[in-house]
Amino acid sequence: MIDEMYIRGVQVNYYFVCKTKLWLFSHNVSMERESDAVRLGKLIHRSVFDRDEKEVRIGPIAIDAVRRGDVIEIREVKKSRAFEKASYYQLLYYLYYLSRFGIKAVGRLSFPKQRRSEEVILNEDAVKEIENVLKEIPGIVEGEMPEPDYKPHCRKCAYFEFCFT
Amino acid sequence: MKRRNFYIVSDGRLKRKENTLYFESGEDRRPIPVNAIYAIYALGSLTVTSKALSYLAREGICVHFFNRYGLYEGSFYPREGLVSGEVVIRQAEHYLDHDKRLYLAKAFVEGSIMNMARVLRKSGEDDSEVISALQALADAGRIDEVMGAEAVARNAYYSKFDSILQEMKFERRSRQPPENEVNAMISFGNSLLYSAVISEIYHTQLHPAISFLHEPMERRFSLALDIAELFKPVIVDRLIFNLVNRKVVTEGDFDDRFNGVLLNENGRRKFVKAFNERLEKTVKHRKLKRSVSYQRLIRLECYKLVKHVLNAEKYRPFVMWW
Repeated sequence: MIDEMYIRGVQVNYYFVCKTKLWLFSHNVSMERESDAVRLGKLIHRSVFDRDEKEVRIGPIAIDAVRRGDVIEIREVKKSRAFEKASYYQLLYYLYYLSRFGIKAVGRLSFPKQRRSEEVILNEDAVKEIENVLKEIPGIVEGEMPEPDYKPHCRKCAYFEFCFT
Repeated sequence: MKRRNFYIVSDGRLKRKENTLYFESGEDRRPIPVNAIYAIYALGSLTVTSKALSYLAREGICVHFFNRYGLYEGSFYPREGLVSGEVVIRQAEHYLDHDKRLYLAKAFVEGSIMNMARVLRKSGEDDSEVISALQALADAGRIDEVMGAEAVARNAYYSKFDSILQEMKFERRSRQPPENEVNAMISFGNSLLYSAVISEIYHTQLHPAISFLHEPMERRFSLALDIAELFKPVIVDRLIFNLVNRKVVTEGDFDDRFNGVLLNENGRRKFVKAFNERLEKTVKHRKLKRSVSYQRLIRLECYKLVKHVLNAEKYRPFVMWW
């Protein structure tokens, strides 16, 4: 398989959220503290979509939920729409990953708390976009730690004290 | 639920029943909810069942043990939860490379000297002698010279204690055994601080045995010795001035039946309570623009070290800014 296939879904997500977070996470520098937000996220994952297969792991990816029908539907469950773009590309990556194995699927980005969801489809443009991202991630991870860039959402991040102390 | 430190001063047993820990002492049985525990300090003679230990391990809770003289004996340091091979290797690199090690060793001593000076000034004492040790520190080219500069500063610092302390005599630093009440409190306070630093290191990717100022073979958690140097004046010494001058701790809180002076159980209770209040006390952090506790300041120091070894940001030691 191609060499970007070891990239994890969260890494694609962090690529859009914060390059510093992507770098730290990739070097196993994680924060121990389970914030209330993380706990809530886990609870939502556990309590929704009872009928689906959950936490399906394939290589480096872990799909939240899979529903088998005429066409396979994979879901990425999120607590809020705060990082919608990041979630969108994370799901796109899963669709892309499966497509490399000849598996056709559609994605659904799901926000149970808001009772909303959106369909995500891997078309040709999306393939190009995700391939570009996958090409950039190894370069960021192998380089020096990117200097943190202060954004309003930083204050809620588990890495906030680490980055700005 | 906010996690807190638990200090167990009396003798007893720590057991697990379902998902709750119980501390049993005689007829008394007290539940301790596990997600309320940050770390446990066992100051009395504590029996811990293996079920309790495995539960504590799963929750990532350190238990620090002290002997009957209040001296640190060892810690139950659960299997590491946060491992980054890269951080450990780079930390070792900063030990093995002479210049890199010297930089960090000097940084710890510089911070320690600045904090000693700050404590003296806050008590209205002259700090010039302490500050002048900074020159010797700057000139130091070897670790033992760095240690030497630290010793000079500390002697100058201790020489002011008798004019700060109104109710008790200090005279000079003595340990094993402490010759008087003040020395007993310094030894006990430093033991508690050392344990608190171990707890903070545990929650980072740093390896507790790779140190820079102290030799890694000196003690199992020698990195905690390095970091504790910065906080001794701020946390332990100021606490002692406070307890003595406000007459919270008095002659009756000590025991001199041993070959030296020690806090008795009642004295230890008072000291531990005040020590923890100090750890939980908050200050406004200038860069983070949020309140952080003194205990959290120790964690931030660890984060700064991680960033230093990862080449992200040069380490500057903590110096009290208030």
